Amino acid sequence: MKLDLHVWRQRSVADAGRFERYQVVDASADMSFLEMLDVLNERLAREGGVPIAFESDCREGICGACGFMIDGVAHGPRARTTVCQLHLRAFRDGQELWLEPWRARGFPVVRDLVVDRGAFDRIIAAGGYITAPTGRAPEANAVPVAKPEAEAAMDAAACIGCGACVAACPNASASLFTAAKLAHLGHLPQGQAERASRARGMIAEADRAGFGGCSNAGACEAVCPKGIRASTIARMNRDYLAAVWRGRADPVDS
Amino acid sequence: MNAPATLDARIPPGPLETKWDTFKAEMKLVSPANRRRYSVIVVGAGLAGASAAASLAELGYPVTCFCFQDSPRRAHSIAAQGGINAAKNYQNDGDSVRRLFHDTIKGGDFRSREANVYRLAQLSAGIIDQCVAQGVPFAREYGGSLANRSFGGAQVSRTFYARGQTGQQLLLGAYQALERQVALGQCRMLARHEMLDLVVVDGAARGIVARDLATGAITGHAAHAVVLATGGYANVFRLSTNALGSNATAIWRAYKRGAAFANPCFTQIHPTCVPATGGHQAKLTLMSESLRNDGRVWVPCVPGDTRRAPEIPEAERDYFLERRYPSYGNLVPRDVASRAAKAVCDAGGGVGPGGYGVYLDLGDAIARLGRPAIDERYGNLFEMYQRITDEDPHAAPMRIYPAPHYTMGGLWVDYALMSTIPGLFVLGEANFSDHGANRLGASALMQGLADGTFIAPLTVGDYLASAKLADVEVGVTHPAFAEAMAGVARRVEALVSARGRRPAAAFHRDLGTVLWDECGMSRSAGGLRAALESVAELRAEYERDVVVPGRGSELNQSLERAGRVADFIELGELMCRDALEREESCGSHFRVEHQTPAGEAKRDDARFAHVAVWEHAGPDAPARRRVEPLAFTTVTPSERSYQ
Repeated sequence: MKLDLHVWRQRSVADAGRFERYQVVDASADMSFLEMLDVLNERLAREGGVPIAFESDCREGICGACGFMIDGVAHGPRARTTVCQLHLRAFRDGQELWLEPWRARGFPVVRDLVVDRGAFDRIIAAGGYITAPTGRAPEANAVPVAKPEAEAAMDAAACIGCGACVAACPNASASLFTAAKLAHLGHLPQGQAERASRARGMIAEADRAGFGGCSNAGACEAVCPKGIRASTIARMNRDYLAAVWRGRADPVDS
Repeated sequence: MNAPATLDARIPPGPLETKWDTFKAEMKLVSPANRRRYSVIVVGAGLAGASAAASLAELGYPVTCFCFQDSPRRAHSIAAQGGINAAKNYQNDGDSVRRLFHDTIKGGDFRSREANVYRLAQLSAGIIDQCVAQGVPFAREYGGSLANRSFGGAQVSRTFYARGQTGQQLLLGAYQALERQVALGQCRMLARHEMLDLVVVDGAARGIVARDLATGAITGHAAHAVVLATGGYANVFRLSTNALGSNATAIWRAYKRGAAFANPCFTQIHPTCVPATGGHQAKLTLMSESLRNDGRVWVPCVPGDTRRAPEIPEAERDYFLERRYPSYGNLVPRDVASRAAKAVCDAGGGVGPGGYGVYLDLGDAIARLGRPAIDERYGNLFEMYQRITDEDPHAAPMRIYPAPHYTMGGLWVDYALMSTIPGLFVLGEANFSDHGANRLGASALMQGLADGTFIAPLTVGDYLASAKLADVEVGVTHPAFAEAMAGVARRVEALVSARGRRPAAAFHRDLGTVLWDECGMSRSAGGLRAALESVAELRAEYERDVVVPGRGSELNQSLERAGRVADFIELGELMCRDALEREESCGSHFRVEHQTPAGEAKRDDARFAHVAVWEHAGPDAPARRRVEPLAFTTVTPSERSYQ
């Protein structure tokens, strides 16, 4: 099948960037979208051009490295699918497509479709963990975890940190990402001790990184390849309010 | 200089059960106040690397951790699906440290080191405790206790899991512990940095040279010890289940600096992967081995049967694993299951396009347990399969075929996980230590975390306390750094100024084809000799005809690939030599000349009960082969039988 691609090319963060057009003529419907770009890139290399930079690693939808906008939709048209798992059978022969990087102040462009998502690591470093230094763990079955709580923790923990939620949000908010980690750890008994400081630390860091606030647009849930629910953001807000309220009377935690 | 022909693994004396205790009792310690004076470099941020970096930083050593991905959360451990083994015996089904040890030794076809494997089994239970404390959301029973599933090569249920995303959840636990140390200022994390050389000063590892993948800057980094946890090299076959970026460059550069490479030909072919469809394919996708718990593997009795699978009646199906291995059935180890599938397909009995596939059928389990129960266990795998193939695995069985997945071989390490270069430690899949000639399922995560969480933090300390390192802080102004950095810069420059016609990707395809055909699931002396010639030609052609677009001073993914492919070509040559010299069959290494009448691997313990250890002998000389003899004091090597 054929595709008519307009791809965002930008040499570095300092470069202005522009769309360039590429005709793909020898694609097959069984190819993944990224395999189609691999073939195009190999052709560009043979013809003396510069291949399109895009990120990917596992190619099975779990590492979270890949992701860009296809016609303005993060990860493209298929629900709950990273772009590495998106196959060309989702498109029409001859379709014209526009590929752009995630666009958010918190995600500066590195090159072409590659952005810097280091801000997500900083949000985790600001509290997205349970303090459990090696050697101090009690017997694993000592604390039972009710199955529904464990399942709810797992639902939230499925986040792959791809950044699609930020890219889709009109405010470029990292709320779904932040809320998912808070819900993962907050559903577990092991996560209770640091629940308040975690909410405050992570949210403050998201603000510092330049991500916007949540105004309930719901676009994040629509594009999340792992189906993280927007309701986790409501849970985050409750945790945050409780933390701030408690913080007034809790000098240790401030 | 004549090194002795055999290597000493420095295994502590005494019975197997107390060796690790003996080591710990006798090791030297660095006092808490002195730890801040010893810096450690950790390369790789997967389960082994992230847990080592976090645990070393918790002890108070200043750590710098490197990964080539844009974030340590993306290391390939994340893609492990099925689970992690631990001898907890929560199921009361007769499991024990001794049994996990025994299964692992037998699963590895008696080509691993007893002392290391026993320690791994001993540490396994503590790993689960540690992960639960970190918030890893393992599957639970309704009473709130941890759930287990069974896995290939074992008759007990000792595998802990988090749906089909166990590796992801364990990695996130380790990553979060690492980020906590980053926030505390105890660990510096350099993502998007690829190690391109090891720096050795006075015979000891004292740092690395890395390239910043975003800017192209080449920088030197000094430390008192270097830990490599850079994963395996299954991408040498190009099409494998590994992530696209997984590569051998760090261990290969260390090899060329003097670290010996053990058993390079021990590469695992995983039985349950989605079959390849075409030349464009970037990688192969694994379907977790846990599916074999509830799935039955079969092909039609009549080769070339064109009916759809559900229309073929029970009596006309050949459940070949259950037929050949009645006691383990579909749960035979990976090497056995892979070879059986290949044999069936080579004989023309395969299914699907091209005939290279067999059915993995969960129909019986769905009928017995209901679709919701099966979806809860494997839902994400079904989804993945459907995305790739556009077929619904609820309606018809999946088609699977073996694919390269894991490499048991790697840099040689002693009992302390130190390579032949003092101060260079190697953890996880990057070393060779625990899995012999075949790894059992759910054991890679176990080994990565045992090495990183519990072993290296102590053995690195023991080294730092006893090594007589130069008093002067080795800075990056040292001549050894200048030399290594200049070498890396020359290599980058040579690649980007190459004016050939073929991209590195094309060479990678050619290499993969040669290795898969001649050094894959079955190997022969003639085939390996031919492969050695082909790989040598490929290497020469690469130097003549590769083209690398773009520049060295910017994000250049073609350049990254080109450097990795060049190293894979050299490693491929060593794999073939190792496979040729090992004139026996064992585990994953199947030499057609050495098989039992039933077609199983036939070991030659008299000649090959050893680790083959290869040492680089310079650019123009063939690598030297040394050995580490393997002594079995607890388990008597026998013909592995899963019948």
